[in-house]
Amino acid sequence: MLEIIVKIFPYAIAFTIPLLITSLGGLFSERSGVVNIGLEGLMVIGMFSGALVIARTEGAYPGISIWLGLLAAVVCGALFALLHAFACVSLNADQVISGIAINMVAGALTVYLARNMTGSGNIHIINGLKRLNIPVLSEMPILGKLFFTGTYATTWVVLAILGLSAFILYKTRFGLRLRACGEHPHAADSAGVNVYLVRYIAVAVSGACAGLGGAIVIVTLSGEFNGSAAGMGFLALAALIFGQWKPHGILGATFFFGLASTIANVSQAIPQLAQVPAIFLKTFPYIVTLIALVLSSKSSQAPRAAGQPYDKGKR
Amino acid sequence: MRIKLNSQYFLSLVAVILGLAAGAVLMAATGKNPLEGYLYLFRGGLMNLERIGNSLATATPLIFTGLSVAFAFRTGLFNIGAAGQMLIGGLCATAVGLTLAWPKPLLLTAIIIASMLGGGLWAALPGWLKARFNVHEVVSTIMMNWIAYWAVFYIIPLHFKGPYLETESRRIPEAASLKIPWLTSLFNGSYINLGIFLALIFVVLSAFILNRTVLGYELKAVGFNRHAAEAAGINVNRNIIFSMSIAGILAGLGGATFYVGYASNMQIGVLPSHGFDGIAVSLLGANSPWGVLAAALFFGLLHTGKGFMNAMISIPPEIADTIIATVIYFAATSVLVERIWSRYRQKRASALALKDKGKAETGTGGAV
Repeated sequence: MLEIIVKIFPYAIAFTIPLLITSLGGLFSERSGVVNIGLEGLMVIGMFSGALVIARTEGAYPGISIWLGLLAAVVCGALFALLHAFACVSLNADQVISGIAINMVAGALTVYLARNMTGSGNIHIINGLKRLNIPVLSEMPILGKLFFTGTYATTWVVLAILGLSAFILYKTRFGLRLRACGEHPHAADSAGVNVYLVRYIAVAVSGACAGLGGAIVIVTLSGEFNGSAAGMGFLALAALIFGQWKPHGILGATFFFGLASTIANVSQAIPQLAQVPAIFLKTFPYIVTLIALVLSSKSSQAPRAAGQPYDKGKR
Repeated sequence: MRIKLNSQYFLSLVAVILGLAAGAVLMAATGKNPLEGYLYLFRGGLMNLERIGNSLATATPLIFTGLSVAFAFRTGLFNIGAAGQMLIGGLCATAVGLTLAWPKPLLLTAIIIASMLGGGLWAALPGWLKARFNVHEVVSTIMMNWIAYWAVFYIIPLHFKGPYLETESRRIPEAASLKIPWLTSLFNGSYINLGIFLALIFVVLSAFILNRTVLGYELKAVGFNRHAAEAAGINVNRNIIFSMSIAGILAGLGGATFYVGYASNMQIGVLPSHGFDGIAVSLLGANSPWGVLAAALFFGLLHTGKGFMNAMISIPPEIADTIIATVIYFAATSVLVERIWSRYRQKRASALALKDKGKAETGTGGAV
């Protein structure tokens, strides 16, 4: 059993990390009071810009091209998310409709642009990110095998961002203000917080995170852009809800979901796992999220003002 | 009321024009001639009977998903789950079509009923969760979409696997197809099928239910103000479940018209785009059945013409999807247009008032 766990663990983590960073993006946006179901589309933007930059630069700058791609994905994701922020914050648009529009525009526009460049609409990258062993820690018994052998550098970057985000959200003035905007924007406003600005920043951060998540999928899992994030953005949204809008919650939720999906993917190859029907494993994240919603219906941790446009004049 | 309705259609029209303009900008930015592009796009959807038939066939599932979203909207519910309901409706239709060997009229009736049941039940669950536990229907229908996606992903290869590919079902027999010979030959071999008549019937039926029945009145009352409806003695929870179920039935029918009408087998690993396109259709059609019909026909035209345009002047077909997506964005941000428009009207009104005042003053001056 341990052997199997050791075998699938790196895959589970590789699948968890893009989910985690995207979910964290959703957390920023929703804790500031803006529902963001455009995560899927923002991931696609990150996949497109990341793959494009890497494909164009990996010949000339093989060492840093992957990091340039990730950076491009962060910037493009943030910029694209501003469209969502403009609609939701400045124009009081319906946040769900705007999020859907973001998903649709991202999916269609990137494939349109990619087809103009490559014909097929797919963008391949030649070299993905290399797996590395962490020098001393990978020698540890069991834990070393599970966590420090064959890891991607992006995994540690994302975990660092998660830690930093938790610190910013709970230990800094900006974090307090951001959370206040999501719970009671009028109170925040009367305390002198610029609700509109905070929400713009939060939505841009969510775009940056989701863009990074999309690009990480390209450099670790898929190796090519094909115009779709295959539902990972929505899975990240489910993790955000199942994790009850908290950083440690989404860490647990995304790992849980990543493990279930990985087991489903490899269950054909590993006979011991074939007994669990894959259909159950793949639908598991969505079913437990529904159950979590039912159980928490009385005491939901959801940001109270999420989904409502902020109207200064309303009491 | 009349003015409000008009302004809604006016905003839809503005959104469409802005969407087409954005498409033109995109074509120009990628070095293509937009005028030529649109010419081929519309010719591709309309230039002969076969293509008109294809446009109608492409519009058919969109009419259903559009009606589905619109119906739920009128009760204040946001049905994002039309794609999943459509998948389950299509799965039920395909299962019946591949299992039963009945004569065509009987089999088609069974298929249609199966798709309605599948879609209706798939949507009833989020409706019940909303009514009983106050679970937001946007989130629950998204979850249901992906449950449906994976259900189809594993059930089709397990029970209805095709002879060549793991990723699609067997072809349904001719008796299970909504395509009928005289209609196909009337439109020179296009994809058109009985679904379009079914869609028209349900447009009329939806308009009738919403505007002329007690059920429709109650559903709309819940949509306008849940608490007022409750105070007036309307059973809000029951109406929420009804509304979602009807929305699911409509989307399920859309699944039947797509998977056993337009297509002849089911592909796995695809969440149909009709679900989100249906939201665009509904928004554009101001959530009214007749508006939905018009918007769906327009989108069907775009989707049919894009292939021809691509073949003629190699503009990628995704331009049609980009236009539809930008139309939604502009529909969502129509507040901007409204603001500009009302500012313009205010200005004009005050200018007119000034003018009138001036006239009146000179008028009285004359009398004295």
